[in-house]
Amino acid sequence: MNHPYWVAFSTIVYKEIRRFTRIWVQTLLPPGITMVLYFIIFGNLIGSRIGTMDGYDYMQFIVPGLIMMSVITNSYGNVSSSFFSNKFQKSIEELMVAPVPNWVIMLGFVTGGAARGLACGLIVTILSLWFTDLQVHNILITLSVIVLTAIVFATAGLINAIFATKFDDVTIVPTFILTPLTYLGGVFYSVSLLPEVWQWVSKLNPIFYMVNTFRYGIIGHSDIPVLGAYAMLLMFTALLMSWALYLLHTGRGLRS
Amino acid sequence: MTKALEIKQLRKVFDNGFVALKGIDLNVEEGDFFALLGPNGAGKSTILGIVSSLVNKGEGKVIVRGHDLDTDREGVKRSLGVVPQEFNFNSFEKVQDIIVQQAGYYGLKRKLALARSETYLKQLDLWDKRDVPARLLSGGMKRRLMIARALVHEPRMLILDEPTAGVDIEIRRSMWTFLKQLNRQGTTIILTTHYLEEAESLCRNIAIIDNGEIVTQAPTKELLKGKQRSTYVVDVRGTLTTTPELEGFHSRLVDDHSLEFDLTSEQTLNEVFSQLQAKELEVVSIRPKTNRLEELFVDLTTHSKQEVGA
Repeated sequence: MNHPYWVAFSTIVYKEIRRFTRIWVQTLLPPGITMVLYFIIFGNLIGSRIGTMDGYDYMQFIVPGLIMMSVITNSYGNVSSSFFSNKFQKSIEELMVAPVPNWVIMLGFVTGGAARGLACGLIVTILSLWFTDLQVHNILITLSVIVLTAIVFATAGLINAIFATKFDDVTIVPTFILTPLTYLGGVFYSVSLLPEVWQWVSKLNPIFYMVNTFRYGIIGHSDIPVLGAYAMLLMFTALLMSWALYLLHTGRGLRS
Repeated sequence: MTKALEIKQLRKVFDNGFVALKGIDLNVEEGDFFALLGPNGAGKSTILGIVSSLVNKGEGKVIVRGHDLDTDREGVKRSLGVVPQEFNFNSFEKVQDIIVQQAGYYGLKRKLALARSETYLKQLDLWDKRDVPARLLSGGMKRRLMIARALVHEPRMLILDEPTAGVDIEIRRSMWTFLKQLNRQGTTIILTTHYLEEAESLCRNIAIIDNGEIVTQAPTKELLKGKQRSTYVVDVRGTLTTTPELEGFHSRLVDDHSLEFDLTSEQTLNEVFSQLQAKELEVVSIRPKTNRLEELFVDLTTHSKQEVGA
């Protein structure tokens, strides 16, 4: 492919992938270690006392959620920190002076972020095989949901980085919004255990849909209809990408 | 003939209400070596920022080699190479990677990007440093890296915002030689600088901007020709106790070996030498007190400030 936009896109993606693989100790290793601890503590030690969840072994139940958790946090974190570093060091100007359309910049960073999220997801999946048998119920659903989720959160990370004016600003959203939403998104429990009102509140959490659909893809169980989850994922993708494009077009946080 | 740069009634008001440009008109011919001079905060970097898409444009027109910034921003970007005032590369990246990456943003395939990066890194004496992270380069090397990066897509026009700031004299001279050669090969060069000697020796045309307005725009030679008065310093052999009276010249004693005097465009240095010789004062050396362009610059920008203050 010789089109200049394709070359520019692949340059951004290559740069982003090289960045997180070069600092793999900071980017790829921690999710692996964290998730192994989750598997040991929640899966083996506590999980063995919990028994089954919705008819599934507890370890089997939490593995899809934990894979999803690492994909979400790493897709988001990669773009927010990388794009903000580019802003901070002013190296984003290299892209701003070049004839690269905003949609190529957006797709480049989002693909780079999604690549790290998916790489972490793969690492966690491989590690989980030490603790449980993972049999994929529907490969198409599993892959499509995880890729879409990585794209949604990588785009959200880009928006966060566009607004950020200092390094604190790229940690606030993951700490105070993303982590609580992930923990309350049904990673560790079935929503059917909650009182009705909290079941209703859980359904306002987009991560709840992603976790459940991914869990359906792997073990064949979900608390919600899978099609509704797809609709929500696609809607979020379209909304966030439109917003990111608008922000890049206006030069928010980039051009005075 | 298409102009390299046409700016019409360009106005820029920042969000805080500061009016950086008050309706600027500026024309740069194809192949020119052009200097944009002005004191700090005059609006030079804002103009270059708008042309290079780093600052949002306000009212007015910016046309680069026939490409209108409002309707064909990509065309403008392809025509331009930009060397900003501040270092704006990822300092953790290796030198050659920075250049190759930039080439990629311009759509150059990796093989061609590698070849071009070799060419420009060699021309700018950075080839030996190609595998060194940019943060380990000296200030002068970082400036040259930014020039190599701006040239990798071989633009027809190069914009340099204070390219030699903080660079030692030797490197500054070698950069001048490189830029002159580039200009001879047909690249239009626009630069801003605080070193007026740089503008005088490199640029064929100059615009002086102050308070967001163009104070003057003319060929360098014409500007300097219009300069009515210059000050020179002569060093004489022996000791001066009083200021020697030089008929028709306003002279002052600098120290017991040196004398300074003003020379108008109608007067010649020969007249001064004759009078000094008549007073049996032997001239050892003579030099202009300040750079001629510097004097003109101070005259024009001070005048403009007085008008604003009035």
